[in-house]
Amino acid sequence: MQSRTVVAAVIFTALALVPSVATALNQSFYIDVGIRILIFAIAALSLDLILGYGGMVSFGHAAFLGIGAYAVGILAYFGVHNGLAQFVAAIVVSTLAALFIGAVSVRTTGVYFIMTTLAFGQMLYFLAVSMSKFGGDDGMNISSTSDFGGWLDLHNPIVLYYTCFCFLLGFAVFSDRLVGSRFGMVLRAIHMNEQRAVAIGVGSFRYKLTAFVISGAMCGVSGALLANQALFVSPAIMHWTRSGEILIMVILGGIGTLFGPIIGAVVYLLLESTLSRITEHWEIILGPFLIIVVLFAHRGMLGWIAERRRAPTK
Amino acid sequence: MNINIFFLLEQLLNGVQFGVMLFLISAGLTLVFGIMNLINLAHGVLYMLGAYICASVIQASGSFLVGVAAAIVGSLAAGIVIELVTFRPLYRRTHLDQVLVTFGLTLFFNELVRIIWGPTALYAAVPAALSGQIDILPGAPYPTYRLVIIGTGILAAVFLYALVSYTRIGMLIRAGASNRVMVEALGVNIKLLYTFIFGLGAALAALAGALAGPILAIESGMGNGMLILALVVIVIGGIGSIRGAFIASILVGTVDTLGRTMLRPLFATFLSQATADQAGPAIASMLIYLLMAFILFFRPQGLFPPRIR
Amino acid sequence: MLLVVDSLVKRFGGLVATDNVTLAVPAGQIHAIIGPNGAGKTTLLSQLAGELRSDAGTIHFDGEDITALPAHIRAARGLARSFQINSVFKDFTALENVALAIQVHEGHCFRFWGQVAKDAALQSAALGFLAQVNLEERANIIAANLAYGERRALEVAIALASRPKLLLLDEPTSGMGANESAEIVTLLAKLKRTLTILLIEHDMNAVFALADRITVLVYGRTVAAGSPEEIRANTDVRRAYLGEDEDF
Repeated sequence: MQSRTVVAAVIFTALALVPSVATALNQSFYIDVGIRILIFAIAALSLDLILGYGGMVSFGHAAFLGIGAYAVGILAYFGVHNGLAQFVAAIVVSTLAALFIGAVSVRTTGVYFIMTTLAFGQMLYFLAVSMSKFGGDDGMNISSTSDFGGWLDLHNPIVLYYTCFCFLLGFAVFSDRLVGSRFGMVLRAIHMNEQRAVAIGVGSFRYKLTAFVISGAMCGVSGALLANQALFVSPAIMHWTRSGEILIMVILGGIGTLFGPIIGAVVYLLLESTLSRITEHWEIILGPFLIIVVLFAHRGMLGWIAERRRAPTK
Repeated sequence: MNINIFFLLEQLLNGVQFGVMLFLISAGLTLVFGIMNLINLAHGVLYMLGAYICASVIQASGSFLVGVAAAIVGSLAAGIVIELVTFRPLYRRTHLDQVLVTFGLTLFFNELVRIIWGPTALYAAVPAALSGQIDILPGAPYPTYRLVIIGTGILAAVFLYALVSYTRIGMLIRAGASNRVMVEALGVNIKLLYTFIFGLGAALAALAGALAGPILAIESGMGNGMLILALVVIVIGGIGSIRGAFIASILVGTVDTLGRTMLRPLFATFLSQATADQAGPAIASMLIYLLMAFILFFRPQGLFPPRIR
Repeated sequence: MLLVVDSLVKRFGGLVATDNVTLAVPAGQIHAIIGPNGAGKTTLLSQLAGELRSDAGTIHFDGEDITALPAHIRAARGLARSFQINSVFKDFTALENVALAIQVHEGHCFRFWGQVAKDAALQSAALGFLAQVNLEERANIIAANLAYGERRALEVAIALASRPKLLLLDEPTSGMGANESAEIVTLLAKLKRTLTILLIEHDMNAVFALADRITVLVYGRTVAAGSPEEIRANTDVRRAYLGEDEDF
């Protein structure tokens, strides 16, 4: 069995056991932490898909998180609690937003791409701030979780946990297939050597845009889940520092490994909750920590999964 | 409609004033990127430090000018330390690494400022000599202080233009932007040049922060918003171009200011008041980003693209 | 004529890199472009491939005007190029490199589920192209770990795998030892019957062994064109360029 399959199996088994362990220890608080971790793991996974395999450094990914959450929040505000409608709306709107943002930013390369995604992320942030009807800067409460009829009660933390788990598992399997598919090979080829890819007939724009849209839609779903956990949505969830955090999770876990960012989300959020219990000024520790990770350990924790391929295989 | 020509003129000037502040910040950002190929998200921190230092020193000394000078010197020193400690190993790294490290710096400094100066916002007073108003047209008074900001910004632009066009340092800057290896081969101490340029950018950002003190709330994270706008400016202007940064700054400053004040009444002329109250601010908040999207769609490298090769 | 280039111009600022170049390549021939360093050979090739916009002149390929088409469309129409500097997909295996070119040529790239690694038809087709350049033994080696000469051969295999009508080769033997060079020359001679090739080459032995027609480029301008015998006999060429070359 390949080492990456083993790693994936270990990660998902461990994640699947969290609710049982938390219940046994009578620490249901950890289920909530676990839900947050799963949700951000989806966001980080979606970012790794375009960052690790398409070379697109999106610094505005939290925007899709926000779109997904606001889709649920705004529909709930108008009395639409139907879960299917809310999740479809989250996917459709984040897809359209990704299509627009991507159409402009994917044409640019390198640092222009970073800056344009950052700027569009802020654009949506300020849009949310300006929507006074939906709470503006203060955000708004959501009266109830998405309603999936009788068969899925997201109000129950354990049900919500496993719903998030299933989404993460599904997206991880899909992403893993995608990077080995024909589409994935083209995407990776463009990332490695765009000039060469064009010379064999690849029109890189549509592949990069498609990947960007798939990633944005996935991240939108995580936003819809986040709205269900918090029952609250505010512009803060799409602030640029949030996009930075998602990037950090990917880096921590290992770019271009798909499963690494899941571990990155676990580590980052546990670090956040631990540090913030020690001091309210925990970002003063996080900042230098981040600098050290990037300067000295920038392959991330699971970098060796990706690295293995480059080693001589004689 | 309650828009008259004086109101429009006032808003236009406010836009230009905002624009020159953006220019002071973007100039350093675009130089550092154009010459060192480094994207510095911590640039907003220097602006914030400038504002805090200026406000504190004004409080201690009672003199606005001393405050501004202290802000420039303080941020310059902070900037040089940042450059020496964290940036030198970063120049040859990927943009992603640069973004993350400078993001880490931003988190650190925002928190540090909160620890030193506390979580609540500070306010600086407009210096007494500049607190009045001047009639820019008969019957159209405008705050003297804001005119001073505009004047300072334009002076800074002229200074930068002269520096880049007519001095030896400027020649190195221009040469460095297009061919780093060649400048190095000429025997120039490129590291020193980098530190100088970074210090110059830090000083300009601090100046902007010091000037902003009396008109904006001084708080942790105040640099973040300006940083993003400065990034929009240099993307629109073309990375590395001082001229592009100036034009884009004024463009962004005026479009943003006019959008915020004019769109709501404009929409109210053909939409219901309630709709205009929602749509006006919403569109206004997105206006400069839409402008950026529009410009990038036709010119993916901005208005004044860097000349490479 | 498969390729007709008429009065092509490319300027970089004040420098005219391609100065009114006109040439025609009939199907089934090998046309070589030679000239000293800085003669604008690679620029011309980049213009033909569509990576550089031309400032004036036209390019007709297979009866169609392709002057305004972007590079990837030209590639899809059957104009494949190789690069002077090794330009393979370095994290892919040799096999994946070639398989990619095949799937792009087939045009079925929006498939998100099926695994390329388990696509038997694709794999065996890719192996076929690797065999043509004697790389089938090295199919599962990551390209970055291949020897220099092997990567040059892989470069040719990628170009072949997109089943081009015209192959633009930028110094396929550059940096190679005599033995490796000879292998590439044998390979190109073998391809000659089925493929049209426009070749930039420094190795005069290779050029005179392969080419049906030669164009000599100096400072972006055509100074001579003709059969290998005519070029050999041309005194202008000897003076302008070949005189410096000891191999000649």
